[in-house]
Amino acid sequence: MSGEPVIRVRGLVTRFGTQTIHDGLDLDIRQGEILGLVGGSGAGKSVLLREILGLQRPSGGTIEVLGRDIQQISGRELRDLQARQGVLFQDGALFSSLTVCENVEAPLRERHRLPEALMEELAGLKLQLVGLGLDAATKYPAELSGGMRKRAGLARALALDPEILFLDEPTAGLDPIGAAEFDRLIRRLQQSLGLTVLMVTHDLDSLLSITDRVAALVDRRALVGSVEELRELDHPWLRAYFAGPRGRSVQAAAAARGA
Amino acid sequence: MMPGTLEGEIDGRRLDVFAAGDFTLPALIGLETARHQLVRAAGTAVERATISLHRVNRLDTAGAWLLHRLEQDLVGRGIEVAFAGASEHHAPLLEEVRRIELAPPPHRVEVNALVRVVAELGRGTLDALDEGKRLLSFYGEVLLTLGRVAVRPRRLRLTSFTHHLEQTCLNALPIVGLISFLIGVVLAYQGAGQLARFGAEIFTIDLLGVSVLREIGILLTAIVVAGRSGSAFTAQIGTMKVNQEIDALRTLGLDPLEILVVPRLLALMVALPLLAFYADLMALLGGGLMCLFVLDIPAAQFVAQLDRAITPAMFWVGVVKAPVFAFLIAMVGCYEGLRVTGSAESVGRLTTQSVVVSIFLVIVSDALFSILFNYLGL
Repeated sequence: MSGEPVIRVRGLVTRFGTQTIHDGLDLDIRQGEILGLVGGSGAGKSVLLREILGLQRPSGGTIEVLGRDIQQISGRELRDLQARQGVLFQDGALFSSLTVCENVEAPLRERHRLPEALMEELAGLKLQLVGLGLDAATKYPAELSGGMRKRAGLARALALDPEILFLDEPTAGLDPIGAAEFDRLIRRLQQSLGLTVLMVTHDLDSLLSITDRVAALVDRRALVGSVEELRELDHPWLRAYFAGPRGRSVQAAAAARGA
Repeated sequence: MMPGTLEGEIDGRRLDVFAAGDFTLPALIGLETARHQLVRAAGTAVERATISLHRVNRLDTAGAWLLHRLEQDLVGRGIEVAFAGASEHHAPLLEEVRRIELAPPPHRVEVNALVRVVAELGRGTLDALDEGKRLLSFYGEVLLTLGRVAVRPRRLRLTSFTHHLEQTCLNALPIVGLISFLIGVVLAYQGAGQLARFGAEIFTIDLLGVSVLREIGILLTAIVVAGRSGSAFTAQIGTMKVNQEIDALRTLGLDPLEILVVPRLLALMVALPLLAFYADLMALLGGGLMCLFVLDIPAAQFVAQLDRAITPAMFWVGVVKAPVFAFLIAMVGCYEGLRVTGSAESVGRLTTQSVVVSIFLVIVSDALFSILFNYLGL
């Protein structure tokens, strides 16, 4: 089932005043893959994510999501399209006035008419899918640890069974053990729910362990390929990224695991 | 799109369940009804059930949940359940969901309304007492810091002080001026209307002068400043608290009270008397123009009558209250800002509270001043 692009970005241009962030950027995200998005600070990772989500208009170029050009469709169609996508924001972006369970129910409540008990049980299921205990359900976001907030945010992102999942630095701020667990969780859910995942990350461990391909934003364009392919490319930023002390030690560890 | 269906055939001790179509969230309600019927129909005779998924088209977590629920319901009745014919796309999802033990999440414990009212009252009283204690200790701390700054004036952050003076005084001139002017107009107009019945229109000027100087000028200014600057203090300090900037100051060995509170407090205590004086002028100007154009009282007569009506003491009675009001507004604003904890939500809540509390305190202390001045015969 993998292969067909579900997101197709062509000739994307983004300008803020005189500053050009993207200049003719092309990117395909294929169905059923986990694509990692890397780039230096200010390279426009978050901006690209926001543009694909339809939260921000690019200065030029086209973005097709699930076969629809998101700049051509009406607001209503865009909202329907957005319901087929789930987003995990960096710190979860949970609604602070609702409990965890109500947060997960919120999208269900807005888009489907379901009896209360049914909705609660579905929310409970989603919470358990992401590895949260039911005792977390009645807590407010402020009462959760950072890792639990991310899991709860993931449960809310999965509430409507999206086809595409966007993750903005899912492992940032987690300890290495928690980060590795979260990576495994994403991989498992991606396989069982048949998700296509776009993941903005700085975490080389995640990049090596769970992504199928990597898109690196350099020189206002995207270079796409597997980690090995990108490492072969002769680009100063990529070389610094993969061959720096962090990159080397992570790869050595990965090689040791593989051997 | 083909909404999912769930049909069962009972053959002696065997139940065959046929699932077909889309097992997705939109179809869930219909499937729920079918599930209940099936479980009821299974009764007690059935011993073994097979759920056949050959004709399932699409499956999402809601659909997988439903199948899992059906399985659990049947197992609960002592029936052996097996799934058959899950496609390779559906099997992993179904397995994932089947590993989860189904239960609705627990509810927050609901308490009887009467008990809750009593509990709220008790908690509110304790909170208020606690709040009073903390406010008192905050006042004490600020006074000590002020004392330290008074002994060593170089500790006063002059840049910050002038910045806040500009923010609270200079930038407030348009709004305070406009409001005072309009209130002067209204007072003169309403006063003249009533006094005309006694043929005493000229005393409109007395009414205007006395009420503006003694009460309205300063009170109005204090309320505008509480809404404008008191809330800004809370929001600024609260945001710094959320960003852990206050903690950063402390770890750098700097005193947040000295750096954040003292300049704001002193700036506002300088600003409010000036603003009150300006408000007095604008209100008298508004009333004066009203007298000139509507009541046909010439400017010279207005000035002469105003001179007879008011005394310097009246002006001072009004303006002397200004530093006190400023102190209250700045203290409440900064205190509420420092109470912010963690979330951005608490910044908003405490900003609102800061405005409400400071306006309340301003009006209470104004009443106390009235009693005091009455006692002193002013």
